[in-house]
Amino acid sequence: MQTLKLSELAKTIRSKNAGVDRITFDIIFRDARTYNAVRRSGAVSRDAVLKLYGLPAARLTDFVEFDAACAIKFTIARERPSGSPGDPDIFGAQQYAPLLDVVVTLPDNEAVGPTG
Amino acid sequence: MQTARIICPNGHLGFAPLKPESFALGVAAGPDFIAADSGSDDVGPGPLGSDTSTSPLAWQTHDLEVMLLAARARGVPMIIGSAGDTGSNSRVDLYVGLIRELARKHGLAKFRLGYFYSEVDREKLRAKIRAGDAIEGLDGREALSEAELDATSRVVAMAGVHPFMALLDQGADVIIGGRSSDSAIFAAAALHRGHAEGLSYYLGKVLECASFCAEPYGGKETVLGEIVDGGVHVTAMHPGQRCTVASVAGHAMYERANPYYEYVAGGMLDMSQCRYEQISDKTTRVTGPRFVPAERIRVKLEGAAKLGERYVGMAAVRDPYTIAHIDAAIGWARQQVRDRFGETGYELHYTVYGRDGVMGKLEPVKASAHELCIVVQGVAPTREMAEELCITGTRQLFYARLPDVKGTAGSVAFALDEVMQASAAYRWSVNHTVAVDDPMELFSVHMSEAGL
Repeated sequence: MQTLKLSELAKTIRSKNAGVDRITFDIIFRDARTYNAVRRSGAVSRDAVLKLYGLPAARLTDFVEFDAACAIKFTIARERPSGSPGDPDIFGAQQYAPLLDVVVTLPDNEAVGPTG
Repeated sequence: MQTARIICPNGHLGFAPLKPESFALGVAAGPDFIAADSGSDDVGPGPLGSDTSTSPLAWQTHDLEVMLLAARARGVPMIIGSAGDTGSNSRVDLYVGLIRELARKHGLAKFRLGYFYSEVDREKLRAKIRAGDAIEGLDGREALSEAELDATSRVVAMAGVHPFMALLDQGADVIIGGRSSDSAIFAAAALHRGHAEGLSYYLGKVLECASFCAEPYGGKETVLGEIVDGGVHVTAMHPGQRCTVASVAGHAMYERANPYYEYVAGGMLDMSQCRYEQISDKTTRVTGPRFVPAERIRVKLEGAAKLGERYVGMAAVRDPYTIAHIDAAIGWARQQVRDRFGETGYELHYTVYGRDGVMGKLEPVKASAHELCIVVQGVAPTREMAEELCITGTRQLFYARLPDVKGTAGSVAFALDEVMQASAAYRWSVNHTVAVDDPMELFSVHMSEAGL
């Protein structure tokens, strides 16, 4: 069994506006093996994301596993449109941080080397 | 079929300047078009509402100048979409004026300067609502009501390829577009050259953000895209960047909820069957994109509504007891504002950095830092009221009455004992689509001349 943080496994973890009412999150892996191992681990699932961000299911509008880019991608509805007074992140660019420390447990046959 | 080699030097012209070295390499590669998008709704509703740019005039001028000189020297069309961040009429006029000035400054030979407007008269939308043709909401929004329309300061429509193609058909050498879909700027050029819709729209999709489709990460560098033997080839021009399968496929999902489908006025680009192939060190080839025409064309609308004038204040806290009771301190300040201004007719926002300033309710970390910075925003109908509101909401943090506080000389630290005027506050009131029978219905195209 191998336990790593998502930040040790993914090449890119980012968030950004997808239009004015949504923020989309991309977790991109360097290769298909790592991508599939993380996918199968269940560490980044619909439920895991809802729990991490404390969201009701209705706020998670999309959850896609995008094989061509070795990426897991999900999108949430904003509490209010981007740039409204009091919105602290107009671009939605810093909402990914809690994903960095998500713990991923891989079985021995799927263990991978950290990519840093 | 004619070639459609397009270079794009900047994913948001004006927001930060293009990098001239990779642009020069792109120009040397012999493009048929030089094109860039200049807009984004990422900058918030303020610029559209107040009809201003968030990009500095100097950077807008810089990029237009570099692109214009290269395009005229090669004798190829230059195409700009979503002029001046918002693509409002005043921003189109600004860019058209800049192109004329630059042509004079450099003594350029006469050329055809085409442009189109994207602003939509609110009465036109009201007539559609009253005729029962709903202005449908995007992303879970309700259909647009007349009340929301009345509150909205300005509306722009998102053009598809149609006005660009109309101007190319008229022989435009330079096109300045109002608000438009990023991909349409480039797709129009490829369609004008007779290429298939799926490949043309995909070419636009991959080029729209310039070097964001390349790696390693580095914005504002030029990329070259072209359609070759039924595929889109995209090549990084910067010597240190490459367009790889990972970087190109990765870009397909950038800034959008779904990586497979892209909607534009006139239809949908389906990227679900795309295949990516590295064909040389710096070039990736993409095949398989399909375009599905819409049965009835719906055009996206963007609109901003003014909420009021705005002032901003800042306060900081170091006392651990006050930090632990920061909501009570803020509650005290809010109460003083209510006592003075009542319950409604204004907005007062507190952002607490060091606790959940960046993420608000999404923040999973519940422990506060050892010091906090509180940003206070006061929004009110007049400047005078916004200023007093914000001063009250900020300064009263200093007088917060917490029962067991040891420091009774002041509950917060001020780096500045003042509040600062900020831009007026707006909100995105329109994120909707409207049905049209003619894709040109909301866009008026104009042709003129520039140069000597």
